[in-house]
Amino acid sequence: MAATLRDVTTYDLKLAAPLAAGFVLFFVTPLAILLALSFQTDPQGGHYGLTQYVNFLGDRFSLGVLGSTLWLGVKVTALTLLLGYPVAWLHQRSPGWARGLIMLLVLLPLLTSVVVRTFAWVVILGRQGIVNATLAWLGLIDTPLKLLYTDGGVVVALAQVQMPLMVLPIITALGRIDPNLADASSVLGAGHWRTFRKVILPLSLPGIVAGCLLTYAAAITAFITQSLIGGGQMLFMPMYIYQQASTLQNWPFAAAISIVFLVSVLVVVSIFNALGRLSRGYANA
Amino acid sequence: MSNTNPGTNPGRRIDLDALSFRIVMTAIALAALVLLVAPTVVVIWVSFTSGYSLKFPPPGYSLRWYAELWNAWQLQFAMMNSLKVAAWATGLSILLGVSASLGIARSPTLTAKVLDSLFLSPLVLPALAFGLSSLMFFSMVGVPVSPLTLVIGHTVVSVPFVVRNTVASLAQMNPSLLEASSSLGAGRWYGCRRVTLPLIRPGVMAGGFIAFMASFDNVPVSLFLRDAATDMLPIRMWQDLEGRLDVTVAALSGILIVATIALMLVMERVAGLSKRLT
Repeated sequence: MAATLRDVTTYDLKLAAPLAAGFVLFFVTPLAILLALSFQTDPQGGHYGLTQYVNFLGDRFSLGVLGSTLWLGVKVTALTLLLGYPVAWLHQRSPGWARGLIMLLVLLPLLTSVVVRTFAWVVILGRQGIVNATLAWLGLIDTPLKLLYTDGGVVVALAQVQMPLMVLPIITALGRIDPNLADASSVLGAGHWRTFRKVILPLSLPGIVAGCLLTYAAAITAFITQSLIGGGQMLFMPMYIYQQASTLQNWPFAAAISIVFLVSVLVVVSIFNALGRLSRGYANA
Repeated sequence: MSNTNPGTNPGRRIDLDALSFRIVMTAIALAALVLLVAPTVVVIWVSFTSGYSLKFPPPGYSLRWYAELWNAWQLQFAMMNSLKVAAWATGLSILLGVSASLGIARSPTLTAKVLDSLFLSPLVLPALAFGLSSLMFFSMVGVPVSPLTLVIGHTVVSVPFVVRNTVASLAQMNPSLLEASSSLGAGRWYGCRRVTLPLIRPGVMAGGFIAFMASFDNVPVSLFLRDAATDMLPIRMWQDLEGRLDVTVAALSGILIVATIALMLVMERVAGLSKRLT
């Protein structure tokens, strides 16, 4: 009887078969082909070797593109965490109506088209944009500043575009903290800053790690924002892959740099996952 | 209890401590919220300009660029394509994703865990690399790019949103409800249809909504898997923006923003969207 009772609450694993088959055919197989193609020595095929990887790793320009892409992710994630954490904190301690409003403001960018969001930043940062118009009106500048096509512009725009990915997991983590712990800390004489540093911040680490992982992965792969705000002079990995594959039709090299990029992303993801496990152990201790 | 609260403690140092903490955190949070909303407000604002450029502030206000959209057949055509592909990808994602979620959600086996990670992996892998690899795959097996390959590619990147939300809903479901329905004589399929599916419906709807938005907005997969005749809206807008700053795009963006807010509010009401995302 116990067996039949448990049976009705679980479903047959075979229900996952159609999607699993689809994924093997249209997701795993293409990635395997990508890997295989990256070992071709020339676009015509025939010979296999490590030529493409040697070309990539021996080329200062290519390594520079990879380095600046990974570094861009670090800058965006740091800025997003700095701005996003207080938003989650404010959401946590706000009355009901304000919570709803903050949630709407956080979700709206997440669901608005990336092209639309990026387009807004072109309008804000452009030569005739809001920032330059305001500074000129205040008499602070005579000639428009160059804001678009700069590193700072890309970082700020990406931070806005990806901020919901940071805020949402931190809201979840803050909601799980027992409010009595903060009270206990202040009863024992700790001030607000100290309570935040010693109690709230460590306990919300799982949310911070999850948010950083999502933000970082999204920032380094954000093709549209990188290319529209960064312009032609700044090249990041996604655009580099696209140029090699589409414009230059150099599939083996495009495949090799895709694999390098994929592996970099996976390494970062595994580091964050390991940190996440550590932080959960810490938060539950 | 109030005498233990440091806020009411007469010590001046602690008051300053509480005050400075709240002021700093609130100030950063408000600045961040302004940063979050500013782009949306700016797009809607400049879309009402009467001028020919996106100069700020606009020289005057009119609805001319919204009227212009009636004649912007390229944008309309691209929008129809994007809506069709997103509808197909969402439908397939819900069908395959919900079925797969039922299979893996309550199963303790290793296979289920592996499948769960597999189905969610498109969320972290660079979509551009996936788009390129799909193009290589289709060209290798001799299938030309078409709306079909586009729908397949979009389904792969949309289905994780459905799986994630459905698995979460199933995990929260009380299994004794199924035991109760079974002990009252309901068959497995009947129990699924009358108990499980109604209970997880909000989660499926929220997942489906996010999947739809993700597909509608996708550029990296579309870039590789569309054929020359199938123009997609985000790519069309992106290319328009690379060339010149077109005010028609601002008007279209305004419409998309309003539509997104409306859909979000509907989904919040029927599916509790915000609770599912935190």
